[in-house]
Amino acid sequence: MIRALLRLLPYLVRVRRQLVLGLECILAATGLSLASPWVLKYVIDGLTTGVDRARLGVYALAVVGLAVADGLFRYLMRSYVIGASRQMEYDLRNDFFAHMERLPQAYFQANRTGDLMSRATSDLSAVRMMVGPAVMYFASTALGFVVAVAIMLWIDVRLTLIALLPLPGVTLGTRYFGKAIHDRFERIQAQLSNLSAVVQEAMAGVRVVRAYRQEPHELARFRAANDEYVARNRGLIGLQAAFYPSLTLCFGLSGLLVLWVGGREVIGGRLTLGEFVAFGRYLVLLSWPLIAFGWVINLVQRGIASWERMLEVLDAPVGEAPHPATRAIAASPVASGRIDARHLTFRYPGAPDDALTDVSFTIEPGTTTAIVGATGAGKSTLVQLLPRLFEPPPGTLFIDGVDVRNQPLASLRASMGAVLQEPFLFSDTVEGNILFGAPDAGDAADRRQRAETAAAMAGVDADVRDFAAGYDTRVGERGITLSGGQKQRVALARALVVDPRILILDDALSAVDTATEERILEHLRGVRQSRTCVIIAHRISTVRDADQILVLEAGRIVERGTHETLVAEGGRYAEMHRRQQLEQELEHA
Amino acid sequence: MSTAVDHAAEDVLGKAYDARLMRRLVAYLRPHTVAVAIAFVAIVIASAVELAQPWITQLAIDHDIATGDIAGLGRLAALLLVLLLAGFAAEYVQTSILQLTGQRIMHTIRMQVYAHYQRLDVQFYDKNPVGRLMTRVTTDVDALNDLFTSGVITVFGDVLVLAGIMIAMLVMSWRLALVAFVVLPAIAWVAYWFRTHVRETYRRVRGLIARLNAFLQEHLTGMATVQLFGQEPRTLDRFERINRDHRDANIDSIFYYAVFYPAIEILAAISSALIIWVGGGWSEQGVVSLGVLVAFLQYSRRFFQPISDLSEKFNIMQAAMAASERIFHILDTTPVIVGPARPVRPAAVRAGRIEFDHVWFAYHDDAFVLRDVSFVVEAGQRIGIVGATGSGKTTIINLLLRFYEVNRGRILVDGVDVREWDLAELRARFGLVLQDVHLFSGSIADNIRLGQQDISNEDVERAARAVHAHAFITARPDGYASPVGERGASLSVGQKQLLSFARAIAFDPAVLLLDEATSSIDAATEALIEDALHVLMAERTVVAIAHRLSTIQDMDRILVIHKGELREQGTHQELVAQRGLYFRLYELQYSKS
Repeated sequence: MIRALLRLLPYLVRVRRQLVLGLECILAATGLSLASPWVLKYVIDGLTTGVDRARLGVYALAVVGLAVADGLFRYLMRSYVIGASRQMEYDLRNDFFAHMERLPQAYFQANRTGDLMSRATSDLSAVRMMVGPAVMYFASTALGFVVAVAIMLWIDVRLTLIALLPLPGVTLGTRYFGKAIHDRFERIQAQLSNLSAVVQEAMAGVRVVRAYRQEPHELARFRAANDEYVARNRGLIGLQAAFYPSLTLCFGLSGLLVLWVGGREVIGGRLTLGEFVAFGRYLVLLSWPLIAFGWVINLVQRGIASWERMLEVLDAPVGEAPHPATRAIAASPVASGRIDARHLTFRYPGAPDDALTDVSFTIEPGTTTAIVGATGAGKSTLVQLLPRLFEPPPGTLFIDGVDVRNQPLASLRASMGAVLQEPFLFSDTVEGNILFGAPDAGDAADRRQRAETAAAMAGVDADVRDFAAGYDTRVGERGITLSGGQKQRVALARALVVDPRILILDDALSAVDTATEERILEHLRGVRQSRTCVIIAHRISTVRDADQILVLEAGRIVERGTHETLVAEGGRYAEMHRRQQLEQELEHA
Repeated sequence: MSTAVDHAAEDVLGKAYDARLMRRLVAYLRPHTVAVAIAFVAIVIASAVELAQPWITQLAIDHDIATGDIAGLGRLAALLLVLLLAGFAAEYVQTSILQLTGQRIMHTIRMQVYAHYQRLDVQFYDKNPVGRLMTRVTTDVDALNDLFTSGVITVFGDVLVLAGIMIAMLVMSWRLALVAFVVLPAIAWVAYWFRTHVRETYRRVRGLIARLNAFLQEHLTGMATVQLFGQEPRTLDRFERINRDHRDANIDSIFYYAVFYPAIEILAAISSALIIWVGGGWSEQGVVSLGVLVAFLQYSRRFFQPISDLSEKFNIMQAAMAASERIFHILDTTPVIVGPARPVRPAAVRAGRIEFDHVWFAYHDDAFVLRDVSFVVEAGQRIGIVGATGSGKTTIINLLLRFYEVNRGRILVDGVDVREWDLAELRARFGLVLQDVHLFSGSIADNIRLGQQDISNEDVERAARAVHAHAFITARPDGYASPVGERGASLSVGQKQLLSFARAIAFDPAVLLLDEATSSIDAATEALIEDALHVLMAERTVVAIAHRLSTIQDMDRILVIHKGELREQGTHQELVAQRGLYFRLYELQYSKS
């Protein structure tokens, strides 16, 4: 826990000036707010013994003056401390996101997006609460408490001890109730997700429910979950209903003791009426620190737990750095785009079986290689290893003769343009998406020009022009929904814009109809001559022109050759070819 | 966290008060009149106790302390003790009754919505994503709960306390009360100023949080693309911009809080100062007593709370109105497909004859997926339906179960139009086996018998044995009582398929509807499934959508559906001899192996 908190220190150091100023303001404000009951003592004592109007005026002005000064310092305190906590939240969130950007794909596979998001948002918020409000309230309440009690002791030791009698109950109560409420709340939340699960199941399986006439049964299941939910809420209700009234009761009892014991002392002349009234006011001022104390402890506990959850992500190792000895070689290759795989065997982290087994091939610069095979044969795995989205074992995969593991990620990936399976577009304009990899491409006209050229090559230019706002049309969540084929073609344009040495198309045109696909391939012919291309496809028409075709099955290369040689061989590729011909005939029936 | 989009669309806040919705909501309070009445009484008592304390201070100072009456002071202290305990009890009763009533009402509304879900058409589910339907019975209902527990009724309490303070002060000394009230308009104005600005910045902050979430969601999902194109620095830049806006919006909102609390304190201090200066003078002249002065100083500090609380209630009301609108929208959706008032009963108790009579059907508008389809399946006959993906095969099953209504033509089951059948009885004739097996959380036995309690353990086991599921079930530590994990995670695809067969057998339907699985299964399980299928199809009418032609080769008849039309029918041999569509499909599949 201490170690975790130490990790937070650098962020606090960055805002130290604000924090220190804030603490100074807390000191000043607390001192001022404790002075005003003392004025009250003079007022009451003055009134009992006789006082002139002018003096009363001075007292009245003193009350207002103290409040104004107090208010000013509280204003500054809040601005400094809470401001500092917001600044820290900002720094921390940036660092958190920057770290996530460096995490390897395997990490995103193993961790749910929703979970990572909640760490970047609600956990971070809990950490901020610990640094901001918790610190502020802790400082001001601890100080307020000590000073108020000191003054009360100074007024009357015995009365103070008696008055404080019921008050430890407040802090203990806040602590106990706070924790118990939190626990029961968790139980309620757990039941809420059970309830949701029941609904989810029945809604997702609505056809089965209806066909087997399980509506009454589902209703009964829901009723049971609903009953339990209400029952757990009842558990909380009892606590909540008792919590605040019992705090009020504790303070009320303190007040009662002051009234009774203090009143007798005033009658006995051991206490002035002014001191009696001021004492009562100090007691009121004590109430807030006592409540806040328990609350602050809960905030800190939650903050630490959340910070530890964030550290789990921040401590996750990022992709490996290249070996220092070979970095020099990698930095200055004569770029050509030759790819070699040598006995490449790969297994996903935590998977029971190899995804690729003993794969070897060479792709000469400027040639096109197609990879075919059934779903799950390892095609996508292979192309994801090239840009090191997943790490191939050292000494198995080489680009321009250099092990990819020894190449800096940035330059390695800069040499490639890839269209992944189910391409991901961002909610941005069409142009923004196409220029995603080359955002700094000159002025507006220049940018548009580049986007259009790439779009034309990817065969999506006409589609984009048909959109209401053309290239400025937003896509995704807040914009229009593109068809699968349009998405793929925009993604293709995006890959072409970066003018890559190696072009990777992973099933990139599967949602595009055959005629359009042929047109696109025609456009690409020119591009392909100056680049190394790796194409994964299911359609024979896409791959038949490739210089080399690799057939993958269960992670192994089982056939290789050109379209003609493979068809002549009569193996799996030939079978696939025949089947597609049949399907085509059926389609036209 | 549900998706950010969902939230953005559903977080639109409208009016805080809508008479039409309110009337409907208040109706839910009616069964709880007594509880609500008790809560009201409790609020009145709690408010009174809160008001009494400064009064007792006044009495103590003016009467007992001034005259040195120790016994009187004791009596006052005893009175205060009684009041404190009464206040505690009243507050406890009020909170627990209100919360409890709220929970009961939520329970009722949740049951209503869920029961309505069970009646709504399958088409409704095509249009509404599951996540949204879940939100209606969870988050939305909880928003209503706030309305019942901390909304309407506690507003009453706030008004009561505020009025009580003012009356108490007026009674003690109306002149000094008027002096103290000078700051009231200013307090109200400050509270109003604060609420409007805070609401504004809160909205801004919430919008930015939504943007942060959307950005995170999008870029965590698309991180591979970001990394591939080396756009980490630029993406971080964009994230920083949103993050900065979020920070600045929050810092802006600090200003209002930082001004608000001190401003209220200063106003309270001004009120105190006036009481001291004016009241002190009057006290010298004997117009007001010292005790009244002290009591006033205590009262003047309590003005603010109720005023501030009142404006806070506005937000709760707003959220509740929006939620109730959405809930009522569901409740007001009427199902189209319902059983007739006087259903026709077919003569046969268990027959299973099916007739499609010139059936046309479209899911949307007139994009027909079935065009003029007619065929008859005699009781006990087994037919297979084949065709390419999207040819309309599954639709036939959907229509038989009357999940959807035909556009033209009619479907007869045992001679009676499906629209004239009692819905439950119609569906009881069928057993459905889908390709995506849906399992419910619960035990394996639960998943075979579902909610049908008259299916005994022996029946369950017999069904499982018949489809060769018994072996893998008993291999599990708890046998039939073994839990099925989330979405059946602990079972293989083939095992799930066998369970769904067992389920169909246990229900012993007259007609078996089979939408056969396409997913590849290991050879051993495949053999088991083939064999189980034969058991399953024995002694009943079968309509099987087949993807593997081997399953249906020995069917009594095979229907070939192509682009929504019935193009060929006959036995396997006849169809192969025709050398038409079926033959090509057959060839296609044959060459796959």
